[in-house]
Amino acid sequence: MNQSKRKTRGVIEKTLAEITGALEQTLFAEELARQPGLLQALDARAKLLGAFALLIAISAAQNLVVIAALYALTLPVAIASRVPLGFFLKRVWVLMPFFTGIVALPALFSPFTPGAPLITLIDLASPRVYLAITYPGVITAAFLLMRVGASVSIAVLLILTTRWATLLHALRVLRVPQAFVLILGMTYRYIYVLLHAVNNLFLARTSRVVGRVSGADNRRWVAASMGALFAKSYALSDDVYLAMLSRGFRGEARAMDAIAWRARDGVWLAVFVVIAVIAIWLGK
Amino acid sequence: MHIPDGYLSPATAAVMYAASAPFWYRASQKIKTVIAGRLVPRIALFAALAFVIMLFNIPAPGGTTAHAIGSVLAALVVGPWASVLAISVALIIQAFFFGDGGILALGANVFNMAIAMPFAGWFVYRALAGNTSNASRRILAAAIAGYVGANVAALLTGIELGLQAALFRDAAGRALYFPYGIEVAVPAMLLEHLTIAGVVEAFVTGGVLAWILRTNPEMIVESPGASSTVARMPQWAWALIALLVVLTPLGLLTPGSPWGEWGREELANLGLGYIPAGLDQWSNLWRAPIPDYDIPLLENPTIAYIVSALIGAGLVALATFAVLWIVRRVKAQPART
Repeated sequence: MNQSKRKTRGVIEKTLAEITGALEQTLFAEELARQPGLLQALDARAKLLGAFALLIAISAAQNLVVIAALYALTLPVAIASRVPLGFFLKRVWVLMPFFTGIVALPALFSPFTPGAPLITLIDLASPRVYLAITYPGVITAAFLLMRVGASVSIAVLLILTTRWATLLHALRVLRVPQAFVLILGMTYRYIYVLLHAVNNLFLARTSRVVGRVSGADNRRWVAASMGALFAKSYALSDDVYLAMLSRGFRGEARAMDAIAWRARDGVWLAVFVVIAVIAIWLGK
Repeated sequence: MHIPDGYLSPATAAVMYAASAPFWYRASQKIKTVIAGRLVPRIALFAALAFVIMLFNIPAPGGTTAHAIGSVLAALVVGPWASVLAISVALIIQAFFFGDGGILALGANVFNMAIAMPFAGWFVYRALAGNTSNASRRILAAAIAGYVGANVAALLTGIELGLQAALFRDAAGRALYFPYGIEVAVPAMLLEHLTIAGVVEAFVTGGVLAWILRTNPEMIVESPGASSTVARMPQWAWALIALLVVLTPLGLLTPGSPWGEWGREELANLGLGYIPAGLDQWSNLWRAPIPDYDIPLLENPTIAYIVSALIGAGLVALATFAVLWIVRRVKAQPART
């Protein structure tokens, strides 16, 4: 009984924690993106294209050393961009193993990756039981972890040093369809509104509930709150549309600020692309 | 179910982007035509909503919690095409803002969760609910649609991951990307979704639809009459999906090699019929017709492809037929509630 109480409470608390976490994370990113730093000073287009080139290189390289080298390059860049190193390392190497580490773990062992044994764990003749950590298994798992770690690092650097508004603008300049960019921008804006609404909803609920709530009741309540959010978004979208119309929206969005492409954006983009090409070539 | 970067080969990632592109194009064409952008804020709001719903912890039977995706729910409320855009946008923001799901793997994630899932759920719902105004039947249909949608997405994810080990290995035969084959990846994905995640999706789809039907029934696009444009879709959409099912693994065959090495066996095998006689003497490389040891090398991945494509298509078809069979059984008897 006691256990089920904790669990059902946990549902709301976990969601609250995740919503707060999401809000905090974006605030942190926005704040970091405003600071002066190496990547912050670059044009969002250069960063976006450079990140793509490096991600492709990480993905295409078939050599662990090359992938590790690409990862190592992100560290000085992170420092030069004022990304707290502890945060940067933790974000990649503490959180990721919970998912990818568990995925990669069985690959170490002989039943999944047969091959030359590195450590033999069980070796019985009869009945035949054999379990070993194999050499190819370690390599395979290392490939997965290194690749994911390096890719996440690049993505985190892009996210932390680029303001959403400029990233959107970059997408528009890079010929992503107008409607798509428009929707992306509005979505991002309204995620905050909805997150705050959910936060209030959940806080109100927790502060009014005393005692135990059954799982079924909780499920019903979660469905009702999602439904309420649906209704809220529906009403909001009508309001937004009317607001857009009254401001002269005719199916096309215009942005006021033009972003200037400077020489050093080009230089850095070239650096990223050259590194990526070299890595692909070395990693063949 | 969000695939991170590093799990898929670049070739697979590119193929999945290519598979998603026509759906994106078609979906954004559709919103252009719908009354002067009225759908723009609606899709944006539903994308934001989908993002928030993905953060919800939902108590699953048995005491654990799981996350829902909400694609099928979005398809029922705003229609499948609008939900393609809304869920895609939510996935893009997750990838570019929260590092959930890879940037290169975005095409695959979109295809699984923002295209296959809402369409699969939508068709199941249409088949089960038909034009009924019976709320219980619609809610049940929505729940089953959510369950099927989540499992179709999980199946596709399993196939995409499982193909990696069959297709992309280094010279020593070690897996370069996701290390397990289809025989491990698909059951692992399906086990989770058939038991827990699918049930949660079913509950969210059915439960929220029930709430909306009770409080704001006018919100739902699927009511008969409102969906005249969408009701036309199934035929060609089915054909397109069938085509993609067939083409996706075939398309993988060609780019499968550029990222491996342009090794002699591959080149020889790829171009064997077209190599001129002069070239034949020019290099030893070309002289050998497929040597004995080459055949298993090429055939294994090929067989893996075709077998997996057949398994995938077969399972989807099987699920569809099973659902249709159930519909007939249900229709034959008067609904209980």
